[in-house]
Amino acid sequence: MSGSATDPWKRPGRFLRWQEWFVHAMLACFAGISILTTVGILAVLGTETVRFFRTGEVTPLDFLTGTAMRPEADPPRYGVLPLVWGTLVVTIGSSLIALPIGLAAAIYLSEYASFRTRSILKPTLELLAGVPTIVYGYLALLLVTPVLRYLMDLVGVKVDTYNAASAAIVVGIMIIPMVSSLSEDILRAVPQGLREAAYGLGATKYEVSTQVVVPAGLSGIMASFILAFSRAIGETMAVVLAAGQMPQISPNVFTSVQTMTAYIVSVTSGDAPYGSPEHLSLFAVGTVLFLMTLCLNLISGLILRRYREEYS
Amino acid sequence: MSVTESLRREPPETVAEPHFRPNHRRRALMDPLFRWLCFGATGVSVVFLGTVIGAVLLRVLLPAGEDPARTVSPLTRITEAGQLLSRLVTSKTGLEASESGYRVGLTGSAWLLFFVVLIAVPVGVGAAVYLEEYCGKSRWKSFVQMNIANLAGVPSIVYGLLGLALFQRGLGFGALALGPCLLAGALTLSLLILPVIVIATQESLRAVPKSLRLAALALGATRWQMIRDHLLPAAAPGILTGSILGVSRAIGETAPLLMVGAAASLLKVPQGPFDRYTALPVEIYYNAKEPAEAYSTVAAGGILILLCMLLSMNFVAIWIRQRSSRRHGAAASAMKRGA
Repeated sequence: MSGSATDPWKRPGRFLRWQEWFVHAMLACFAGISILTTVGILAVLGTETVRFFRTGEVTPLDFLTGTAMRPEADPPRYGVLPLVWGTLVVTIGSSLIALPIGLAAAIYLSEYASFRTRSILKPTLELLAGVPTIVYGYLALLLVTPVLRYLMDLVGVKVDTYNAASAAIVVGIMIIPMVSSLSEDILRAVPQGLREAAYGLGATKYEVSTQVVVPAGLSGIMASFILAFSRAIGETMAVVLAAGQMPQISPNVFTSVQTMTAYIVSVTSGDAPYGSPEHLSLFAVGTVLFLMTLCLNLISGLILRRYREEYS
Repeated sequence: MSVTESLRREPPETVAEPHFRPNHRRRALMDPLFRWLCFGATGVSVVFLGTVIGAVLLRVLLPAGEDPARTVSPLTRITEAGQLLSRLVTSKTGLEASESGYRVGLTGSAWLLFFVVLIAVPVGVGAAVYLEEYCGKSRWKSFVQMNIANLAGVPSIVYGLLGLALFQRGLGFGALALGPCLLAGALTLSLLILPVIVIATQESLRAVPKSLRLAALALGATRWQMIRDHLLPAAAPGILTGSILGVSRAIGETAPLLMVGAAASLLKVPQGPFDRYTALPVEIYYNAKEPAEAYSTVAAGGILILLCMLLSMNFVAIWIRQRSSRRHGAAASAMKRGA
């Protein structure tokens, strides 16, 4: 900084130039960490999955098409389909709950709510999004499953302690805030002129909402649905506690299922040593999980980008 | 053909064209119905938050396995719940549910909080500053940006797998392996919340008007001086909000910690980054999994403590944002009035 105080027109001193260079390099490294994280995830999942198939316990084709997941059996069977089934049952069930409620809440927040109501409701929904997933898992055991059991008893259906339905319910509750806040952003981005044109033709608010605003934002809403779906696929603790650890393909949603995430947790908590086929299998399952969520996220991102271009 | 002729040629029925049905009654009915439907949906989601807290509170106030015939005043109930909570905070995991507590997990979570703030916040803010201020609009930037957006959608358990292989195992190189220690958990959680912090910081940096940057640069500040002295202070509320939300997510996470060696039950309070550790949500998970009813109350107490921590963090974060946006809004309208 020599001289900079006496002569303001002098170019930055050596220290400042060095500092500029150093800060630039350091910040670039920080941004690079995000790239390294992606590379790390791909490398770890890739190498460990290859190691898993190299153990010769199962071929990739059998892994992807196998209908039984019994690592402890003799010979062990590694088929990912029961886990994919469990994941889809819980995810689709939770979407059936979260998507309509989330969208309706988004319409209310964006079209109906006054500024004051919105400024109270929106933060509350965000608080709901901040509740950790373990709490929802506990809620399933404490409240949802007993209530479900009681209700289903009335119609004579047996409900297991661990079942897919209550997992779907709590995961659905969990992703409502996500759907509503994403969809609300989308709906608010719909140009005001479209609404005004419809009102000018004498449309009611209901007609404007359902026939103008929602169709105009449909692609964006789809993107937010896909994102929520992908979030539900990756959901772990609520599902582990609510749906149990029974890998099976069964159309009955009141029995236990095992999702991919629950399988990963159960293998980790088990006593399979690191590097054994059973332990390596969790990386293979993790790869399937990662690819599923990645595809959904990419599709959603693509749709969102096109949506933004449309209205900007 | 004159106008009168053409009118005469038209049959009178076509005046009311078949596709135009005014249907006033249905329209007048649907409009408020839909409004209440949407309001109901919003209300339902808010009620869920109340149910979560209410159910947990009720379980703490009415412990499981209690004699149903026992009747005591609400005041006694509250004192008992207070005693339960204070016991949970001060005692370690025990063999009996009646003497279990979360002291080890709470200490572990506090350590994790410390390290995650230390690691994730500077790195996340730095990465965001790099992307917004140094990168320009290059192809490299859109690549990093897309990468971060995708990382934000990666399930937390996949980060757990990464942490397991990378930090705990050191990719098979013994010298790099940290083992199942606190630092491995903190690093995993930091990677997990990095995208959240980067995205939030970027948004608040973008909201800072360009004139502020240009003014500082025009007075001869270097780029870093401009960022340090003007940009970051102006964007501070947004950065703070994003960081608090991110860190509170890290503190509530269970799944990745299960993968990176958080212990099921630990009697030794972690003293430093290389000790074995566990965290509050992990201990809650093991208590909730326990089939014995008495553990349900212990889990509920833990959840109450966790929720108090996280919801107050989130509340502060959202409050900071609301306050700063109100101030910005006021400034903007004042400018408009002046113009």
